[in-house]
Amino acid sequence: MTQVLVFFDRVVDHLTPAQAELLTHADALGEAVVVAGSLPPAGAEALAVHGVTGVLTGADSIYAPDPALADLVVAAAAELDPDLILGPDTPDTVDALSRAAVALDAGLITGANGVTGSGSGTKSVLAGSWRTTAQISEDGPLLATLRPNTASQQAIAAEVPEVVALEVAASSAVEILEETELPPSGRPDLTEASTVVAFGRGVEGDLRLVEQLAEELGAALGASRVATDAGWIDHSAQVGQTGVTVSPQLYISVGISGAVHQRAGMQTSGTIVAINKDEDAPVFEIADFGVVGDLNDVLPQMIDELRRRKG
Amino acid sequence: MPGSLHIITLVKWVPDAQLERRIGEDRRLDRSQGILGELDEHPLETALQIKEQHEAEVRVSALTMGPSGASAAVKKALQIGADDGFHLTDEALQAADIWTTSAALAAAINYVRATSEGSEYLVLTGMASEDGETAAVPAQLAGRLRVPALTQAREVTLEGRRVVVTRLSGTRMQRVAAVLPALVSVTDQANEPRYPNFRAIMKAKKKPTTTFSLADLGLTRYAVESKVSLIAAEPRPERQAGEIIHDDGTAGQKTVEFLSKEGLL
Ligand SMILES: Cc1cc2nc3c(=O)[nH]c(=O)nc-3n(C[C@H](O)[C@H](O)[C@H](O)COP(=O)(O)OP(=O)(O)OC[C@H]3O[C@@H](n4cnc5c(N)ncnc54)[C@H](O)[C@@H]3O)c2cc1C
Ligand SMILES: Nc1ncnc2c1ncn2[C@@H]1O[C@H](COP(=O)(O)O)[C@@H](O)[C@H]1O
Repeated sequence: MTQVLVFFDRVVDHLTPAQAELLTHADALGEAVVVAGSLPPAGAEALAVHGVTGVLTGADSIYAPDPALADLVVAAAAELDPDLILGPDTPDTVDALSRAAVALDAGLITGANGVTGSGSGTKSVLAGSWRTTAQISEDGPLLATLRPNTASQQAIAAEVPEVVALEVAASSAVEILEETELPPSGRPDLTEASTVVAFGRGVEGDLRLVEQLAEELGAALGASRVATDAGWIDHSAQVGQTGVTVSPQLYISVGISGAVHQRAGMQTSGTIVAINKDEDAPVFEIADFGVVGDLNDVLPQMIDELRRRKG
Repeated sequence: MPGSLHIITLVKWVPDAQLERRIGEDRRLDRSQGILGELDEHPLETALQIKEQHEAEVRVSALTMGPSGASAAVKKALQIGADDGFHLTDEALQAADIWTTSAALAAAINYVRATSEGSEYLVLTGMASEDGETAAVPAQLAGRLRVPALTQAREVTLEGRRVVVTRLSGTRMQRVAAVLPALVSVTDQANEPRYPNFRAIMKAKKKPTTTFSLADLGLTRYAVESKVSLIAAEPRPERQAGEIIHDDGTAGQKTVEFLSKEGLL
């Protein structure tokens, strides 16, 4: 049976969708043990998921970007001798697993779409234009971070797993001077939403129409780099090579030209609808349905029609 | 700040993302042409700003690992403003994975550092290479150099011997600090890279570049064998353009009709 070690830098009262998804991956691959940098006061309740046989943590809470998180992974690997060490594809996890891979002399794949128990992983590269499969050359473990939306998110409830503390403590290598929680947007999470409305320079700083459209569709809001650089929305909404990758069922692109860096983050979407006043905009090359027109005319028509249909 | 500071910025030579990029039959990326990765201009800009703002002596070295053509990335970095360049090139580094890249670059950094003995050092990298896109080399390098890694920096300042970084950790915005030596990976949010002017381009011709191989680092090809290799690569089928309509006052209704027909409402 494949032994999977799943790393979460921080577990709070409820699993994030990405964490739940990872446990589904692990359950499908074999038997999973979770190693967590920190647990909430309630302990491992959130990890009462089918396939999780135990939870490891440090002597005290360890928070990113403390390099001790990598030491914790290494210590957990020494206990379990896993075939796979997996984590969600977030920067803090990439850091911890990368560093752990050096100590473990092991292969690493980041941003994978899937992995196998025999140490191979698939990944999309070159701005999403190629699909590759990589394989470790020796016996495991393989360390990998997995992109969101690569498994169905159906974690099955189970008994609360036992927690064992390892003798790894937080270090003082990095000092956290200040930390502020980003305010919740009140909309679905961008990487997990089934519909995304994304806007670019074309909205010229006025978000009212795209916000209304997102509202009618229950969609998350995304943006191009030009729009986030201008400060019209937080950088966390940026879709593309240096932002987030989304793969919703429906992506509506509004006033975005569709540069290669932007496409990198959205071209695996189910259906792409583009609204742009320039008929030569590259986004039309990949749109399933394109409207050449001014967004200030087209969006009100869409919003009215959606409202009319709802009655 | 007492003493001098040596900033080593890592620059990678990558195929231009604006052109078609392909992986060949040999499962290697076609590297016949390339540019200095645009994301690696941001750490270089950070290095130059630190140099300009600090009273103490700051030396900025640009380091690349790649085939002979990669010297173009070093040359560009010298034009933008680095003081000197280093180019690690070796047959054995073709098709290097993350493990190999970080092993070779860590040894190369120690080699570069040895040219400014007694200085404090700071390693700056991009947030991700535009071909590898692993974002894993920075943390691996830091692990090998046994220094802290402050990744995904949106703001970098040097306060005495401490480097202070603003970064996003999950849903939390952090301000974190580490004492030098340290490694920082810099995002495209951090700054607006400068362009080299004619004077800078002329001046760069006189700046020194050192080219070296694994043997110069005391490494054999066995010390840098990849842990992971590509076994398959295929282009994703291109998306086909679908129906395009021109707005005549009813495009919005037609779009909603399309969504409804596709079962997307
Ligand atoms: C290394 C690197 C990384 C990058 N990473 C990213 C990334 O992650 N994400 C990203 O998005 N970009 C990224 N970029 C930038 C990218 O190359 C483009 O510059 C950017 O995506 C353009 O944003 P835009 O489409 O909003 O603006 P523009 O390219 O200026 O396009 C605006 C579009 O709006 C249309 N328009 C204007 N007014 C209207 C109107 N009234 N109605 C309808 N249409 C209208 C115009 O016809 C035009 O097509 C990156 C660039 C580099 C070099
Ligand atoms: N071959 C290389 N030569 C120089 N720098 C590199 C190389 N590979 C990676 N880097 C640096 O590491 C960063 C992250 O790369 P990656 O982990 O490949 O996404 C890049 O932005 C570069 O600064």
